Amino acid sequence: MRQFMLILRENPQDFAQVTPDEMQRIIERYSAWSEALAGRGRLVDGIKLQEEGGRVMSRTGGKTRVTDAAYAEAKEVIGGVFIIRAEDYDEAVQLAEDCPHLEHGTISVREVHDLSGARAE
Amino acid sequence: MSVPALVDRLFRQQAGQLVSTLTRIFGAAHLELAEDVVQEAMLRALRRWPFEGIPERPAAWLHTVAHNAALDRLRRDARLRELAPHAMAALHELVDRAASSDPGIGTPSDPLPDETPFALDDQLQMMFMCAHPVLPAEARITLMLRTVGGLGVEEIARAFLADPSAVAQRLVRAKRRLRESGVRLAMPDEPELQHRLQAVLDVLSLIFNEGHLAHAGESLLREALCADALRLARMLARHPATARPEVHALCATFCFAAARLDARVDAAGELVTLEEQDRSRWNAQLIAGGFRHLERAAEGDRLTRFHLQAEIESCHAAAARFELTDWAHIGRAYDALARIAPSPVVAVNRAVATCMVDGPAAGIRALDALSMERSLSAYYPYHAARADVLARLGRDAESAAALRTALSLNPVEPVRRLLTRRLSRLQALAAAERIRG
Repeated sequence: MRQFMLILRENPQDFAQVTPDEMQRIIERYSAWSEALAGRGRLVDGIKLQEEGGRVMSRTGGKTRVTDAAYAEAKEVIGGVFIIRAEDYDEAVQLAEDCPHLEHGTISVREVHDLSGARAE
Repeated sequence: MSVPALVDRLFRQQAGQLVSTLTRIFGAAHLELAEDVVQEAMLRALRRWPFEGIPERPAAWLHTVAHNAALDRLRRDARLRELAPHAMAALHELVDRAASSDPGIGTPSDPLPDETPFALDDQLQMMFMCAHPVLPAEARITLMLRTVGGLGVEEIARAFLADPSAVAQRLVRAKRRLRESGVRLAMPDEPELQHRLQAVLDVLSLIFNEGHLAHAGESLLREALCADALRLARMLARHPATARPEVHALCATFCFAAARLDARVDAAGELVTLEEQDRSRWNAQLIAGGFRHLERAAEGDRLTRFHLQAEIESCHAAAARFELTDWAHIGRAYDALARIAPSPVVAVNRAVATCMVDGPAAGIRALDALSMERSLSAYYPYHAARADVLARLGRDAESAAALRTALSLNPVEPVRRLLTRRLSRLQALAAAERIRG
């Protein structure tokens, strides 16, 4: 089975006003979704990125520039990623469809290149 | 591996507890800072747990993160360190305690660290601050729900059918008032404790009643208000300084009334009267809890209105069928209540008890004797009660008129539908009479 990366993007301001009860309900929805995937052997990993912009590096004329990337002011940041198993893009999209993140932001689905090269086609 | 499920209302309860503890540590003037720090910790859980899973001990996780966030604030703010000189040490102690996996805090089987003595103290002190006499009555309720209850502004506004910006304003003014009056987070000493406790119990009663009122929709929120009032009352009942008979009486009243919440609404969402409720749907556990509290309430020698209310509720709870209700006992309790805490509600209920004991003719005399009370003329339950008693006497036309008066006073939606159903029944009867006649 192939592996796909779900890249979850959101607006960092979105949850600022959420009440404790709502937070709990949102967490419960996510965990129900990931539990269901894990139960079917489809969840490989979940990775949370730190809440910061990190650094952006670029090089022009042989000179490397490192800048702090904006986080709080950003309209959209990557919150984290999930890696899932699916037959193909259609199935990956279908598995991501129930992800509660779609209530709050966008999901990009990208196939992870299989380095072993041993995948049966 | 299965993910540990979150206990119902865990976040809300932990928010209440953490805000209370951090306010104690930062000082009462920094209530808002404490709220910010707690919101920050909960947001961190919201952002991490979906990816990393729910931790083994969710409450302990929230505590550690909140305490660390509080330490960060202190490190960044020299003025705050000056104003709260002991905060740093107190926070370090809390972080160590949580790290040492204190069995009292957040084990998976008992994830609610309410029981740790300092956490209970902190929340009780916060309750006393929220019900402080420098605050107007409405502000006390709002602040109590926001801080110890962990409800958001939006939720409070929805529960009270109020405008969210008005609720937010009320909170800002209340906090400013507390700051300006130099109110400290502390348990009041005797003899002040007695009347300050009364104020706390009044706030809890109002919160419970608001939840118990039959507003349209929002049943989850109503349950949340009742559950919160009961949870906070039970905290008072557990603490040696406040475990007084009247506190147990209030807990008993809440337990009995909360036991009927489910049975009060039928499958179609319509209101079911006490008489028509399916009593097998009453919550037996809450009723048993109510009787345990009632026993403890009897230990004192003072008879408060909370005692009388608990007694009345216990009569309903003890009756296996409506016909078995001990109305004479209820009537005597209302007589006593009318002496020590007279109100329109008490007056009407007392007359209803009279009707049940001495028959509808006596009931209507009792109700009509109240007709001169100005506070009752605009109180729809008075007219609804009259309609009921008049119908029992077969005075249908007068009963219909009383129903129309009650309906003209804008009762809450489920009550309006209930009264409308009764009115149509009377009208159908009258029409049938005319055809026959």
